[in-house]
Amino acid sequence: MDANMSLTIAQSAIVLSFLSATVPLLFHRQPHFLVRISFLLLGLSGLASAWAGATALLTNHAEQIILPISLPWLHIFLRIDPLSGFFFFIVGFVTCTAACYGPSYIREHIGGTHPIGTLTLFTGLFVGGMLLVLLAADAFSFMIAWEIMSVASYFLVAYQHDKAENRSAAFLYLLMAVVGGAFILLAYGVLAGFSDSFSFASMATAQLSPAWATIAFLLAFIGFGMKAGIVPLHVWLPQAHPVAPSHISALMSGVMLKVAIYGFIRFVYDLLGVMHWQWGVLVLLVGAVSAVFGVLYALMQHDLKRLLAYHSVENIGIIYIGLGISMIFHATDHMEVAALALIAALYHCLNHALFKSLLFFGAGAVLQQSHQHDMEKMGGLIKKMPVTAVCFLVGCISISALPPFNGFVSEWLTYQAALQGPILRSGILGAMLPVASAMLALTGALATACFVKVYGVVFLGLPRSSQAAEAQETSFGMQFAQVVLALCCLIFGILPTWTVSAINVIAENLIGTGLAKAAGDGWLWLAPIGKQTASYGALAILVGLLASWLIVYFFLHPLRRDNRIRIGPAWDCGFGPLTPRMQYTASAFAMPIRRIFSYVWFIDEKIEPGHHGKGPRYFLKIHDWVWLVIYIPIGKLILHLAKRASLLQGGNLRVYLSYSFFTLLFLLWVIV
Amino acid sequence: MLITTLSFPEQLVLTLAALILLTSFIMLAQVRLDSLINTFAMQGLLLFCTTVLMAVISGEYHLLISAALTLFLKVFFIPIRLRRLVIDLDVRREVEVLGNPFLIMLFGTGLVLFSYYVALPIRALSLLATRNTIAISLAVVLIGMLIVISRRKAVTQVVGFMSMENGLFFAALVSTNGMPMVVELGIAFDVLVAAILFGVFFFHIRTEIGSLDTDRLNRLTEVEK
Amino acid sequence: MTGWIFALLQTFCVVLFAPFMAGWVKWLKCKLQNRQGPPPWQPYRDLLRLSRKQVVLAESASPIFRVAPYIVFSVTVVAASIVPVFSVQIPTAALADVIVLVGFLALTRFFLSLAGMDVGTAFGGMGSSREVTISSLAEPALLMAFFTLAMNASSTNLSTVISHLAQSQFVLYPSLIFSAMGFILVALAETGRIPIDNPATHLELTMIHEAMILEYSGRHLALMEWAAMLKLTLYAVLIANFIVPWGVAMTLEPGAIAFGVYSIICKLLVLGYCLAIAETVQAKMRLFRAPHFLGLAFILSLLGMMSHIVLEVR
Repeated sequence: MDANMSLTIAQSAIVLSFLSATVPLLFHRQPHFLVRISFLLLGLSGLASAWAGATALLTNHAEQIILPISLPWLHIFLRIDPLSGFFFFIVGFVTCTAACYGPSYIREHIGGTHPIGTLTLFTGLFVGGMLLVLLAADAFSFMIAWEIMSVASYFLVAYQHDKAENRSAAFLYLLMAVVGGAFILLAYGVLAGFSDSFSFASMATAQLSPAWATIAFLLAFIGFGMKAGIVPLHVWLPQAHPVAPSHISALMSGVMLKVAIYGFIRFVYDLLGVMHWQWGVLVLLVGAVSAVFGVLYALMQHDLKRLLAYHSVENIGIIYIGLGISMIFHATDHMEVAALALIAALYHCLNHALFKSLLFFGAGAVLQQSHQHDMEKMGGLIKKMPVTAVCFLVGCISISALPPFNGFVSEWLTYQAALQGPILRSGILGAMLPVASAMLALTGALATACFVKVYGVVFLGLPRSSQAAEAQETSFGMQFAQVVLALCCLIFGILPTWTVSAINVIAENLIGTGLAKAAGDGWLWLAPIGKQTASYGALAILVGLLASWLIVYFFLHPLRRDNRIRIGPAWDCGFGPLTPRMQYTASAFAMPIRRIFSYVWFIDEKIEPGHHGKGPRYFLKIHDWVWLVIYIPIGKLILHLAKRASLLQGGNLRVYLSYSFFTLLFLLWVIV
Repeated sequence: MLITTLSFPEQLVLTLAALILLTSFIMLAQVRLDSLINTFAMQGLLLFCTTVLMAVISGEYHLLISAALTLFLKVFFIPIRLRRLVIDLDVRREVEVLGNPFLIMLFGTGLVLFSYYVALPIRALSLLATRNTIAISLAVVLIGMLIVISRRKAVTQVVGFMSMENGLFFAALVSTNGMPMVVELGIAFDVLVAAILFGVFFFHIRTEIGSLDTDRLNRLTEVEK
Repeated sequence: MTGWIFALLQTFCVVLFAPFMAGWVKWLKCKLQNRQGPPPWQPYRDLLRLSRKQVVLAESASPIFRVAPYIVFSVTVVAASIVPVFSVQIPTAALADVIVLVGFLALTRFFLSLAGMDVGTAFGGMGSSREVTISSLAEPALLMAFFTLAMNASSTNLSTVISHLAQSQFVLYPSLIFSAMGFILVALAETGRIPIDNPATHLELTMIHEAMILEYSGRHLALMEWAAMLKLTLYAVLIANFIVPWGVAMTLEPGAIAFGVYSIICKLLVLGYCLAIAETVQAKMRLFRAPHFLGLAFILSLLGMMSHIVLEVR
């Protein structure tokens, strides 16, 4: 791995993705060829960026160049260093798998109402924009790349714009992306006001007073938070993700949210420099609230992709909990624990990108085969789509943070960081950390509940509709992408020490010290603080599990030859044959939790009595509390103000001329 | 002081303090009226044990008189009166629905942390072995106040008020080895009179507005709607 | 090397003892209810008989249904291998700490709930739904209790925690008392005993754990039942070694280990007796009162943690 080539390879990755957007348009008359070329180029771009990112991270390489294009006093700085390399790797890898998955998935859109060229064009622009955001080393190019990313993804979300709800979801997405961008711009503006140029290098050396630093922090927190999807700025996520095609949802949820996290980490750790513990407490609280809120809302959804979108809110909350803990320890001068918490947050970024993309790919496969969005109409798909089912199971286990897969490792690291609370001198902060980890435990348990529901209702049991009964396994490309991601979930779960020591480099660069014992006691044990305090031998546990399974199996095996397994009907209490409608539905599964936490949602539940020979009907609608309480009033207020302001447009010609007249008088007075 | 440096009776005082805080939380979450009064009696009993222990540890035997007073008033007399009142007012079976139990519990936890934060400078000044419990006593007072404002039934609010007084007594006990006897007796008689007067008032409120729901007291407003 | 062999032997002994523990509790309950009851070694006979019987699979069962008993049992066995039972000097305790133990139990619950949903009947779904609800409420309380212990002992490694508790002088820690109370309540919920779930019920509408394994038969049912008994024994060992840690061997000397074996068996028998009494005097709660029960457990654990910070440190 030649470290010096990493920036060049990174730039070529960006060029490749822009090529994948534009070159296929030459072939717009042969849509199949167009799709293949575009995804091939996109896959190459993904490979290149994964390679460049991994090189930069593993060799601890940082390099910066100045592009000669652009205005004379506004240079474009591009820089790769371990932090951006890590996220480059995440973006590239997921893009690569999406490129394997994409062609078969969008085959059904070819010849449809919308041109396929639009989809591939904006996919390429979207990926290129994200990669450029990661490389940008000055505020100007960062904002340009950010806007490219947002606008390209808007067009992707609005791809199926014939339905009104898709249009409104896309509009909300664009609105919040633009408002978030404005906040980020203001944050960079504050920093640029104290430094002499727009480049990150000069902003990092700027000296800000605590008040201005807090203002910059809050602006960046809101701006990046809007894109990352923390509560209460998350409302676009559950609307936009279900609407986009599944590989785009995977890219948006798995990768774009991480780019927002990257922006936040870069801003706070690298550019701001000084840290205050109050910021850490804010980040921790917001993270905890997002995590619990996200998972509780996810439990109540029965649209598969909307449920996964709410889980993204939850996982971003978990990442923010890790970041908050890190900031608290950093501000109180406990650098090693701050490094541990930062590593936990970054590890969770990687894990979430992997398992969320896997889950979205699986959801896309299921949607494509059964033509249903609603979980309540699926069922029994494990027999029809075995490969998808196994990979989806791996995704479910990983997202529920269960050993030995990767989701567990990052949560374990977060708990270890939170348990170091007693070394803080302030008892209050030291008490807040365990309470936050109790919230994290609640989230984990509720996530397990949710994914038991998802897997049980979608894949197990009997098919609840005829389309679900006729589903078939998907094509090789889609299966391959899912299998690769599932294997990565396992690998990053059983090789945590290697990953932690790789990420440790980032912590060293950003905080000053990394974990002294990052390599632990060899690659088998993950002991970030010390073997006496806590250790986790992931590979040994996997071996132990497999060994005990084999021993039990072979112990019972001789008995097998004596009696075959008999297939019979399921237990029906003597009432006769069971129909698929007698199974537990998703709403029924979540009902106890809905009753226990009933004050968290706005629930609209009614039962219409049966009439005209039809049976009674049950309606259940869950409203997002944040949307009703915060956004609708703001929307009404803006409309109200706009109505008042529209009085200016009287329509009368003389009124308009008098506006110009009085403005002229005012300007003459001011100048003289 | 690190708990390992304290003697066994002093450790027992810390344990009893934590149990008193537990009874406060149970009262915060308690929905049934008779269980609430029983929990209040239990809190009084724990307070009695703490007072006796403090008397033994510090050698100030006038605390035993306070202990006897606590036992008589808070474990027997007031709970018995409250139970009789509840039967007479015919609200024995009523169950109160808490608005949002999870949030109220979290807020109670926040109050404990807040009183710890507030009590830090006081703790630095005290020389007693039990100075860590000053934060607990302040938390009991604040949680008593939380009970008063988060409930609608008048009887529950009275119990919350009584537990505030428990907390005050406990605070005086652990920070200065008890109040002067005069102050002690004065407060005790105030509470006693309050309990008796509350009983009288409840009957009047009930005849006036037909229920003991204090939110309905706003019917007595004189402002024309 | 001797440490690893000892750890394997210890695990083997715990796995073999588990059915006796369940049988002991059942026998005591019968005695308390003035009945004759099966002898304490009846579960061994039951497991042997089940493993010889033919397995009947429902038509709608999937591979998950067949694989789940093996996964549940082997994960519970691995969980049993990391808990110090006779001695704290087991190298497997360094492989996984308290948080990983909770993770293992969550993994068994995941597959158990999936197996319940698998066949497509209403009973399995009911059991799975209730089980995940109760465990999602129990998990914060459980982790908070473990965190209080970990903050007290400055480590999450089970060996370190138990040896710290056993070797420190007798101090009355309010935090440990409260977290122990919270842990006991959570243990009752997680092992599916009265007042949360009735392990001896035959009515499908009242079942939680039994509903999820309703469709199992033959050797699969034997594995599921054994895993449940092993889980009960595990929780009992944890309660015994956390609350009364004296008696656990600190080294691997034969004398110390023999005393460790003797003391843990005594503690487990006493705990079984307490469990039998608790199950006899209480009735099973309705499902929507379980949140109050677990809320109380959470408050106790939370108070334990706050007592540690407010009262015990500095």
